[in-house]
Amino acid sequence: MTTATLSPTLPSKAALFEARAVKAGARRNRLLSLPALIIIGIFGVLPLLIICVYSFLVAAPYGGVQWQFSTDAYLNFLFQRDIFDDTLQFTPDFLIIYLRSFLFAVVTTVICLLLGFPTAYFMATRPPAQRNWWVLLITIPFWSNLLVRTLAIMFIIRDEGLINNALMALGVIDKPITMLYTNFAIQLGLLYAFLPFMVLPLYSSLEKLDFRLIEAAYDLYATRRQVLWRVIIPLSRPGIIAGCLLVFIPALGAYVTPLILGGGVHLMIGDLIAQQFGSGRNWPLGCAQALILMAAVLVALYFYVRNTSGKVQHG
Amino acid sequence: MAEPRTIDIKDQPGFRSIAIICLLVLYIPVLILMIFSLNSGSLVTHWEGVTLGWYGSALRNAEFHNAARNTLIISVTATIVSTICATLAAIGMTRVKPWRGLAAAFMVINLPLMVPEIITAVATLSFFALIAGTFGLNFGIGNLILAHTVFCIPFAYMPIRARLEDMDLTLEYAAADLYATPWNAFKRITLPLLVPGIMSGAALAFIVSFDDFTITQLVAGPGQTTLPLYIWNQIRRPMTPEINAISTILLLVSILFVSVSFLIARRRAK
Repeated sequence: MTTATLSPTLPSKAALFEARAVKAGARRNRLLSLPALIIIGIFGVLPLLIICVYSFLVAAPYGGVQWQFSTDAYLNFLFQRDIFDDTLQFTPDFLIIYLRSFLFAVVTTVICLLLGFPTAYFMATRPPAQRNWWVLLITIPFWSNLLVRTLAIMFIIRDEGLINNALMALGVIDKPITMLYTNFAIQLGLLYAFLPFMVLPLYSSLEKLDFRLIEAAYDLYATRRQVLWRVIIPLSRPGIIAGCLLVFIPALGAYVTPLILGGGVHLMIGDLIAQQFGSGRNWPLGCAQALILMAAVLVALYFYVRNTSGKVQHG
Repeated sequence: MAEPRTIDIKDQPGFRSIAIICLLVLYIPVLILMIFSLNSGSLVTHWEGVTLGWYGSALRNAEFHNAARNTLIISVTATIVSTICATLAAIGMTRVKPWRGLAAAFMVINLPLMVPEIITAVATLSFFALIAGTFGLNFGIGNLILAHTVFCIPFAYMPIRARLEDMDLTLEYAAADLYATPWNAFKRITLPLLVPGIMSGAALAFIVSFDDFTITQLVAGPGQTTLPLYIWNQIRRPMTPEINAISTILLLVSILFVSVSFLIARRRAK
């Protein structure tokens, strides 16, 4: 409505659209979204409800569930039932894996931000033609097969891999440094996997940066450092938040990376959940763990929504 | 004060080096993996000479054929179904007056992007196990197609919706003004203008389905090996550069489809 009053000669898009919608009887168009909603509803939302139910059932001996109510899956997250006297004993094993995963995800997010921000800023300040090439070069790994990219890291850091071979050839070390199947390998793999997820949202935010504001800051005798910290970074806050979320959420639930680079020794939440459905044969426990991860993700999303909607109110 | 004012105001010290380092870090491991697919030795780590033999042995491998066929059946079907659904949904959610539940519908469409893949994977596995146990229903490879369609929809939806929002509504308005029926206006005006968005969306849907590992691994039944699952099975055996060759093929498919989607989007922007 406001746009319409601002430009009296041209009706606003919304006004045009309403006119067209009425003319064409487009009210029925909303039904067109039904096929997508039904497919996602049945095969995407319903399964999530099913694991909510499953998490309150008892594990069947060979996988699957028995229809009997129990809160054991949640109790098992922190406690283990003693086989002999049926008392609950505190076992932090799962909690430790959750905290480890959280730590991995936080470190991944921070390092991706430290590397990704300068990269995105550099990209956004290139001439347009060059900018397109940079975006394509970052977009390709973004969409490339994660399993294959993780495999590439594995080839490089294994005992007979490129890094060890090079260091030994140069005489820096006599014996290969063990890097594969360590925490270092997982951390490296996560950084490698999710770096493009940080760069792209940061870029799309920095691309819209109004450089007149930077010019104004310099005119007012700001130093480069001040311009960066007091002008550029505050202006790109939505991109920083979006990028951190896009890295943090998949890193927290990472499955492929620890599976290949952790070698089943160093677990993260994702592998722990999958294990309950495989060799662990404890589906209710796996469902409960998945829901606890989901709760963590929802908390992260809540902070995102709160931060971004706050942004809208201020300007 | 002494700082000269002729310097580029956009410049920040050290950012160029970090950007170049990032690019090298992203590409060097993958390039090495690709180069070793041409290694004539049978070890994945020691270079001996150049050959295309590993591509030959991969392409003659019956297991690889089977995996490639499964992958194509799943990703082509999922791409077609999800792109059609996404196109309809994008129209139903932009070419209407805001309706009650629109925000909720938007959330449902985007749900697969927000839920971590491992959760979707175990939830889908539980779901298919339940309907198999209760109703004796098992769609075979259809299970994987349905699972893939769900997470392909939001990827196809995004570029189509973006295109619909950028489109000049005056054309559709004019068509309606000239007594075009809604269907005719859609077929003759909206759809042709929407094609680039649909192609871009279909390309993205195809990549995410083609590359999927986590959900496929948990949901796949016996004999439903896809290419990523085939690679995973190979990793656990003594490896030959054949795995590099297959990985390279997968990467090249991704690169092809990303570039196509990217170029379509670029042309649209002009």
